[in-house]
Amino acid sequence: MAQALERENAQPAIRIRAISQTYHDGRSTLQALDRVSLDVAEGEFVCLLGASGCGKSTLLNLIAGLYHVTSGTLDVGGRRVALMFQEPALFPWLTVAENVEMGMRFRGVARQERQATARELLRLVHLDAFGDRRPHELSGGMRQRVALARALSQQADVLLMDEPFGALDAMTRDILHDELEAIWSRTGLTVLFVTHNVREAVRLGDRVVLLSSRPGRVVADVPIGIPRPRNVEAPAVSQLAASITDRLRQEVRRHGR
Amino acid sequence: MAAEHGGVRERESLGAELEGLDALDAPRVEPEPWLARAWRAAAPKLVAGSLALAAWQLVAWSGWRPDYVLPGPLRVVTQLAAMLATAAFWSAVATTLGRVAAGFAAATAIGTAIGVAVSRSATARRAFGSFLTGLQSMPSIAWFPFAILVFGLSEAAILFVVVLGAAPSIANGLLTGIDHIPPLLLRAGRVLGARGFASVWHVVLPAALPGYVGGLKQGWAFAWRSLMAGELLVIIANRPSIGTQLHFARELSDAPRLIATMLVVLAIGVVVDELLFGLLEQRIRRRRGLIDAGAA
Repeated sequence: MAQALERENAQPAIRIRAISQTYHDGRSTLQALDRVSLDVAEGEFVCLLGASGCGKSTLLNLIAGLYHVTSGTLDVGGRRVALMFQEPALFPWLTVAENVEMGMRFRGVARQERQATARELLRLVHLDAFGDRRPHELSGGMRQRVALARALSQQADVLLMDEPFGALDAMTRDILHDELEAIWSRTGLTVLFVTHNVREAVRLGDRVVLLSSRPGRVVADVPIGIPRPRNVEAPAVSQLAASITDRLRQEVRRHGR
Repeated sequence: MAAEHGGVRERESLGAELEGLDALDAPRVEPEPWLARAWRAAAPKLVAGSLALAAWQLVAWSGWRPDYVLPGPLRVVTQLAAMLATAAFWSAVATTLGRVAAGFAAATAIGTAIGVAVSRSATARRAFGSFLTGLQSMPSIAWFPFAILVFGLSEAAILFVVVLGAAPSIANGLLTGIDHIPPLLLRAGRVLGARGFASVWHVVLPAALPGYVGGLKQGWAFAWRSLMAGELLVIIANRPSIGTQLHFARELSDAPRLIATMLVVLAIGVVVDELLFGLLEQRIRRRRGLIDAGAA
């Protein structure tokens, strides 16, 4: 409780105020985000949940600075932001270890240090035996872990994740949830995790923020009180997930009419 | 607590589980020994070459043209062997290879610079894109009268045409490669902090490499063709080359020598194409997982 109070008083890691984003695609106009406001506290793990077309990815791209904010304000207080995509997006011409080193190369980190850090990060994601392999030799789950190691190599304060485990099988995803949770609790990263999988959101988040579709708007903000570590199959997780799913269904149905 | 959230894995067993899955997912494949690979690559070519020789022999035997005009393979190969033993031949080959190396190197530098520059701006792209394609389809022999007018019968005239023949292909290949980069890779580069020159050098160029090598390969073919045309047209005194050899063999109606020299031209073209660009392409495709190892 005291911790929660402290969090509220401190400056949030990500502060979003009334962001709206509209795409113009030739003749048609699409409003992707409608006055979205959201705070993510330092060290918090927030899951952003919504059906298709809720502008989740748009929001992450805005925070990562890949898109320009056209309306509203966005403040990360000068924090370094890393972004992990839905696909691993590894560079196919580099080895696994070189992929992890790439961000450090751009920051001008010396070769020795780069290699040592990459080794360490690969150990963290249990891939230290695969540093000399090429991305295409790995499975989808392994590639996504390399992408995680690469994102961590940026030593960012904020890690944005855009449905990073969406394409993986259930078993691999399960293991990666444990791994991500362990890394997060050890490093004190702030994580904003986008997903359309309700159980995944409840399994991982301190909070689940529900976005409506077309345009994306925050419709609910659910704190997850279930103590960690959690199991995706635990009854408490299932119950909470079911109630959030109901809410999500209402949102989707609204568009059917 | 632990009972309530039963099934939570320990860190160690998590690691073991992951490693088990990973070993199943990404087995280490031993590469085939290079000798076996070389043989597998060379054998079909040897068969094709033998078939071509047989066809040539049949045409020669049919008496379609008299022997002094169209000699059979045996006479030509004997002539070739005799030629290979002379210093004059090797000095001619050296001149020709020196010219093509200089021309191709210059074309690579110019073509690459133009490709990178044009790819950086959409306006430049619209302005020069079709111009480059136009240059590429222009037969290089059509440049020679102009080149001779400007540079005289000189090395510069030959170099000029070789560069003009090869550079557009190289620039176009690079542009094609850049066009085919998945946007996601560029975004990944940006997220990792790639900007300006670092982005071009570490992300754009390596990502465009397959298309670029395709352009280099085509550029080489154009450079070699342009050079042969040039050496037939621009004959410089006391500078024997493969082109002048062809020219004099025709003047003297020395058919075996003419065909033997043509075989040398063909061989150099094939060797550079196969050994240099072929192996380079193979290596790039294998590294990037663009070869389906299991395919029948």
